[in-house]
Amino acid sequence: MAKQIQVSGLDAYYGAHKAIADISMTIEPRSVTAFIGPSGCGKSTFLRTLNRMHEVIPGARVEGKVMLDSDDLYGPGVDPVSVRRTIGMVFQRPNPFPTMSIYENVAAGLRLNGRISKSKTDEVVEQSLRGANLWNEVKDRLNKPGAGLSGGQQQRLCIARCIAVKPQVLLMDEPCSALDPISTLAIEDLITELKDEFTIVIVTHNMQQAARVSDRTAFFNLAAQGQPGRLVEMDETSAMFTNPSEKATEDYITGRFG
Amino acid sequence: MAAIAVFLIAEAIPALQANNSSFLTELLWTPNNTPPVFGIGALAFGTIMSSALALAMAMPVAVGVALFISHYAPRKIAGALGYVVDLLAAVPSVVYGLWGVIFLVPFMQGPSEFLNEYLGWFPLFSGDPVVGRSMLTAAIVLAIMILPIIAAISREVFLQVPRMNEEAALALGATRWEMIKMAVLPFGRPGVMSAAMLGLGRAMGETIAVALIFPATFGITFGILGPNGNSIAANIALGFAEAGEVGRGALIASGLVLFIITLVVNMAARMIIARRSGASA
Ligand SMILES: Nc1ncnc2c1ncn2[C@@H]1O[C@H](COP(=O)(O)OP(=O)(O)O)[C@@H](O)[C@H]1O
Ligand SMILES: [Mg+2]
Repeated sequence: MAKQIQVSGLDAYYGAHKAIADISMTIEPRSVTAFIGPSGCGKSTFLRTLNRMHEVIPGARVEGKVMLDSDDLYGPGVDPVSVRRTIGMVFQRPNPFPTMSIYENVAAGLRLNGRISKSKTDEVVEQSLRGANLWNEVKDRLNKPGAGLSGGQQQRLCIARCIAVKPQVLLMDEPCSALDPISTLAIEDLITELKDEFTIVIVTHNMQQAARVSDRTAFFNLAAQGQPGRLVEMDETSAMFTNPSEKATEDYITGRFG
Repeated sequence: MAAIAVFLIAEAIPALQANNSSFLTELLWTPNNTPPVFGIGALAFGTIMSSALALAMAMPVAVGVALFISHYAPRKIAGALGYVVDLLAAVPSVVYGLWGVIFLVPFMQGPSEFLNEYLGWFPLFSGDPVVGRSMLTAAIVLAIMILPIIAAISREVFLQVPRMNEEAALALGATRWEMIKMAVLPFGRPGVMSAAMLGLGRAMGETIAVALIFPATFGITFGILGPNGNSIAANIALGFAEAGEVGRGALIASGLVLFIITLVVNMAARMIIARRSGASA
């Protein structure tokens, strides 16, 4: 249920603007990898290249290679739609479907794979909501709109919606940046539980969060405004935070810029 | 608004009192005879029938065009198409009416005969004779006339779907069409329904385009290919100039009925929209 991602020599563009350049890294299965770095250095862009969401933006394109175990995600004839079914994504702002109930939100992705029975859907919905630590809070109001939940609950609903389709990898782009501290803790606990099953990548602005939840950390930076973002270094989180090998990483972590 | 209503009602009452038949059920419209005989039956039927047909034909095309512009066409083509749609929405209805008479009426003869021959078992396409100047032709003109406005509004509604909802669907592995079904159509439904109501209102109130095409008969026939058809608005346009005192009052009364029908349709639509959004709340 969890796979390794291997990126080599990856560039991503918005039209003529090169947003990230020459990124290579390995993301280990059943672990949490954190992306940190100053705003605009291309963390979200890079994350979105990993499930081919980057290219839904008009004019956006990618060069380079991303392997999911032995599958080349950008290989000829690979359908981006099927890549996205394998690699799920949770966004910065909770984005449940506003017209759907809690139940329908979780079931939304399931129904893409063709008809499935009501009882099977019920089962997966419960399983996913339990998996997202949300079941006890919503089990009595599954038919109420998802938009009526608190921000933190909505974000966990989005995680439930994502894991309901049983992806191999979960990509999370600053999933807690719009949440209060208590909801943030709930999501961090959840991430720690989910890494037994999924390969997890999380972008975060919060150093403590990276230190708390991640096994490995990658630091991105850009040389100057208008330059593409690059991977500065990547290592075990404990090593990155105590003994980074690059000066820029140390400056960023100790809060001297960014 | 109220003053206008009072004035119109006051004008209509003497004519209704002089009427020698039941205004609500009578089909004929001879208010200038002695004794005057007139009723709204056939006219109301024709109004509702032609507008409902027009809406049924226009809706799928309008929503399709709107979706194409908002979610499928490359930006340049979308811009150009959107401009054309806006332009078409601004064309005066008499232009559509004239096009209907000059081009569509003769053109429809063939297709109507075809429909009658092969689908004649279906009540709408049954009947004899089959002509070009029919309810169907009028409904097509109405459909083409209301299509741009429905498409223009729907396009605006579809463009307002939050990007993050669309991305949520795509990130789940939805194809573009699945994304549209999951995020765009549900979000846009109330707006599209309002657009449809606006279109229906226009079709029901349309005067000159249908006055040019309708054979101005007074009967209730479900076959839409025959030489039948009329509407409240068309009847007012055609009859007002040569109407006597009772005739004018009668036409005003029919106008009030049109107003009530429009009101009822709008309220019904509002209730449906409210119930839909209430069900998920
Ligand atoms: N939709 C977009 N269109 C054009 N440029 C974009 C878009 N999104 C991001 N960028 C640019 O790409 C660069 C990286 O942005 P982003 O990946 O959002 O950085 P981060 O997530 O690290 O803050 C920035 O220079 C930003 O201006
Ligand atoms: Mg970002």
